[in-house]
Amino acid sequence: MTRFITSSFSHLILLIGILIMVVPVWMIFASSTHTSSMINMNGLQMFLGDSFYENYLRVLLYQGGFFKEITALKMFFNSFIMATGVAILSVVTSLMAAYALVYYRIKYATLLFWIIFITILVPLELRIFPTYSVMAELNLVNSYFGLIVPISASAIATLFFRQFYKTVPDELLESAKLDGANTWRFFVDFLIPLSKTMIVAMLIFMFVFGYNQYLWPLLVTTSEQYWTVVMGLKMMSGSIVHRFAFVMMSMVPPILIIIVLQKYFIKGVFQDK
Amino acid sequence: MKKVQFKSSYSQYLFLAPQLGILLIFLYWPIIQTFRDAFTMQDAFGFGSKFVWFDNFLFIFDDPAYFIAFKFTIIYSFVITLITGSIGLLLAVQANNVMHGKSTYKTLLIWPYAIAPAVVGVMANYFFSERFGLLYHLFHELWGFNWYESVFDSYIYVIIAGSWKQISANFIFFLAGLQAIQKSVIEASMIDCKNSFRRFWTITFPLLMPTTFFLIIINITYAFFDTFGIIDTTTIGAPSGETRTLVYKAYMDGFRGLDLGSAGAQSIMMMLIVLVITIFQFRYIEGKIHYN
Repeated sequence: MTRFITSSFSHLILLIGILIMVVPVWMIFASSTHTSSMINMNGLQMFLGDSFYENYLRVLLYQGGFFKEITALKMFFNSFIMATGVAILSVVTSLMAAYALVYYRIKYATLLFWIIFITILVPLELRIFPTYSVMAELNLVNSYFGLIVPISASAIATLFFRQFYKTVPDELLESAKLDGANTWRFFVDFLIPLSKTMIVAMLIFMFVFGYNQYLWPLLVTTSEQYWTVVMGLKMMSGSIVHRFAFVMMSMVPPILIIIVLQKYFIKGVFQDK
Repeated sequence: MKKVQFKSSYSQYLFLAPQLGILLIFLYWPIIQTFRDAFTMQDAFGFGSKFVWFDNFLFIFDDPAYFIAFKFTIIYSFVITLITGSIGLLLAVQANNVMHGKSTYKTLLIWPYAIAPAVVGVMANYFFSERFGLLYHLFHELWGFNWYESVFDSYIYVIIAGSWKQISANFIFFLAGLQAIQKSVIEASMIDCKNSFRRFWTITFPLLMPTTFFLIIINITYAFFDTFGIIDTTTIGAPSGETRTLVYKAYMDGFRGLDLGSAGAQSIMMMLIVLVITIFQFRYIEGKIHYN
């Protein structure tokens, strides 16, 4: 009986927690399916209206109203390029750097270790103007390269891969050496397949990190053709329901990725079985 | 380190080169420029700059707005850490308690983690707008809430907006921490201590210490840096600069005021703060807690 009461209590608390998370998002979504005059008269809505297709299609495809030149569809494309680029570039470079740090006897290993990991303490926000002037000097303003590379300059994934490699038993390398594998073969044929979960987790982490960037795209893109979704929130004009629709759409890609791949994400980040 | 390793004269550097190259060009070069900016002052027309020692630092210490931002950042990170930590822990303990539906609860509570702070800010904006904001009107009924004018009310606005999505991260990490505690420890404690409330605070919570301290750092970092998008889409510092974080102020001074010397000096001050927090964590806290 007490077991039943305490567990009902737990369910109740969890339900309240979920409501706090879901209700605000639901209300914006429900409101995004109404007309602007409805919202202006009656405020945010709890129930669905019937302007869903009209509002969302207009935001996605209309050019020259909501934003000046770019359609929301193109912004999603830009965000996708940026997030994928950040994920792949940072994960590949981190995998390699961590490999060198763990599997090689390197001169000045401690120094290299600190040169790489101290960077975690200096997030982009702390060096944003100088980073911008470096990009301007290299002529990389208004380019995908300019959106992607400074965000990928991160050693967080390196830290995770390094921790992971250290838990790999030494016997793996010994047996690979007996099989005649050289350093590249060992890395590609043995270590990468073994790190699959970790790689997926870091790809998700860095994808969401890249997609959610706000300040950097705001600074490094002056041409609308390179605008991303999240920075677009700052730029949108137009009627209130179209803004609601854009806000709703902006959160779909990262949420979808986290929910669909949450097993990998949690397994990788917490390294449990 | 590994007992078996590769020995080579060059291939390790091929593996290191891509990351080191990116870090050197896009991280170390800008950091060096930050230091250069912080110790130089540009003339009014931007034609030249001269070395001014610590003048930029002295200016920010003389600026009352800097201390307002400093105070807000400290309060903001403290309150966000406290709120998101305790709600996250409460939810994690309940989710760990239930027999059925654990993974469903996990899914239903994990997704806000993925939403960008700027998106959260825009949403919060809709709930706190004077025109149709539900929370604005609810709080206005209760105590005359008006964040456009009251500093306290604007704090409440950005604290609610800043805490909402961060509960998720705290929940995930606490739940993982709870699940990592060995069953036998909990079972043994059940025999010794019948009161589940006391059992939690004397047995379980101390075992969660590594997670707790990790999350404190995560939450402080979040409140310092990631909330830029929230401030910029909610109060923009309203009523008059009281809800600007240090990062937000540095950005505004550099961008709007084009005062790169001051922005650089402010950045270096923040690097020092982050460094102190990190050293504090490694030296003081890591030594005091016990990992099982």
